[in-house]
Amino acid sequence: MAITVKVMERPVGEVSYVRATLKGLALTFKHMIDPHKVTVQYPEERWDISPRWRGTHRMLTTEDGTAKCVACGLCPTVCPANCIKLVPGEDEAGNRYPLVFEIDEFRCIFCGYCQEVCPEEAIHMGRHYENAEFNRERFVYDLERLTAQTHPVSELWDPADPRGE
Amino acid sequence: MPPLDPMQLPPSTWVFLIATVVKMLIVFTVYMVGVAYTTLAERKISAWIQDRHGPNRVGPWGLFQVLADGVKNIMKEETMPGEINKPIFILAPALAFVPALLAWAVIPFGAPLPTPWGKIDLVVADLPIGFLFTLAITSLGVYGIVLAGWASNNKYALLGGLRASAQMVSYEIAMGMSTVCVLLIAGNVSLNTIIVQQATMGWNVLVLSIAAFLFLVAAFAETNRVPFDLPEAESELIAGYHSEYSAMKFSMFPISEYANMLTASAMFVTLFFGGWDIPFTQWDNSGPATVLKALATVGMFSFKVGFFVFFYIWVRWTLPRFRYDQLMSLGWKFMLPVALAYIVIAAAAILGLDYAGLERGRTFGLAMFGINLVLLVVLFVILDRGRIISPASSRIERERLGRLRARAVQRAHLAPGEIR
Repeated sequence: MAITVKVMERPVGEVSYVRATLKGLALTFKHMIDPHKVTVQYPEERWDISPRWRGTHRMLTTEDGTAKCVACGLCPTVCPANCIKLVPGEDEAGNRYPLVFEIDEFRCIFCGYCQEVCPEEAIHMGRHYENAEFNRERFVYDLERLTAQTHPVSELWDPADPRGE
Repeated sequence: MPPLDPMQLPPSTWVFLIATVVKMLIVFTVYMVGVAYTTLAERKISAWIQDRHGPNRVGPWGLFQVLADGVKNIMKEETMPGEINKPIFILAPALAFVPALLAWAVIPFGAPLPTPWGKIDLVVADLPIGFLFTLAITSLGVYGIVLAGWASNNKYALLGGLRASAQMVSYEIAMGMSTVCVLLIAGNVSLNTIIVQQATMGWNVLVLSIAAFLFLVAAFAETNRVPFDLPEAESELIAGYHSEYSAMKFSMFPISEYANMLTASAMFVTLFFGGWDIPFTQWDNSGPATVLKALATVGMFSFKVGFFVFFYIWVRWTLPRFRYDQLMSLGWKFMLPVALAYIVIAAAAILGLDYAGLERGRTFGLAMFGINLVLLVVLFVILDRGRIISPASSRIERERLGRLRARAVQRAHLAPGEIR
């Protein structure tokens, strides 16, 4: 089967270099004097991020300041990137709590499964995007750091309201 | 006879020498600062055209960006590729830049300035062959580019250099031919005479409109600016002739590009937009010279040059690059014939008007303008419609298109339902 090439034909009577050039110049000039700019002047202006934005994690706490986590082990199980390290502990009353809870934010793929799976609504993704550090070790967030985060948490997708309205 | 005013007389030799040195220093400084700020203007205007802000972090409105760029370029590491021709590799950036600077020596930038030591012309060197000098010097600029491309020992760089030379040869002719008309009407190659002629007759852009158009297009090609930036062509040749350059040596090429832009704008202004002449008034070029007149004309000249530098930038961020064959056919099949034909027409018109006994003044200019108006309509409306001005529309091309289309139709008939 032969390849059929589409041949473009320009209407001879209407095609022109000079007038097309002038048209183009007029358009660019219009944009030049247009005060509307699309740039976000970053440190001063911030981008308005989605309520479902999934950034670095946050561990929510109870009223007395301890983590809500009961060390059930669901989040390390569901985590596809295997980035959550959890060592469970138990106190005299039989309450489970995490002895070690670490998230390697470099391994994390920010899928948000941990937040979805958590029965206690303890671990959350955060609506946050400025995470710069000076060395790699600082990207392993321990329990203390996770509870100390203050940025807003992201909302889960609601099937009843798929567009978030 | 009134007593001679020493301020209106030509200066003595010593004053002349000192004044020339001072003028050189001033022109050099202003020119270099102008070149530096043209780079900022390019970035700013390109940003505005693309709905961005442009550099605005260094200093108020980003005005010190130029200094930051300069410091950055000087501090950067310079790399020397292994197989280069070292002396020429080092010489080329300077060779690209110096001709642009030299051309400014003969461009008059203001009405004469009266001083207590005599009347000083506001031009570094008032050469009687001023125009020929600029034509000779600006065509030297391509050597820097060609040698840079050749010395780099890099295929892309070499291609860029070759393209630059081919382009320069093609458009130099059209440029020279378009300026012949200016020489015909001024009757002199001294740039000052050309300015005076324009002041009395009306600017050459009206008197010789088509020559002005051709010169403008050729000047774009000569300065290697978009749509004629084939030597750089980053989409095809990496960075063309300066692919192998780094740090300040690389920086010299953009600097020389902007320097060439300023020079070409100044030449265009001098030849076709009345130089330092202030329009709609005879105040600036009649009567004794005053300081105010000198300053006003320098301001006018700077404004005009600034406008055309802006125009260069504006065109750059509007038009795409020509294809190589389009570039060549525009140069040889459109620009050159039109320039030659225009010389004949302009010469005939000048001769005819002289025979008709018209004084070389406003009426003469108006008559020429009338002729040019007709020619402009013919060129841009009638010929443009038939795509004669379009470089991509040779007769052969059209025949080829016709054949292809016929074949496509035939195939479509043979195989119904096939996706065309």
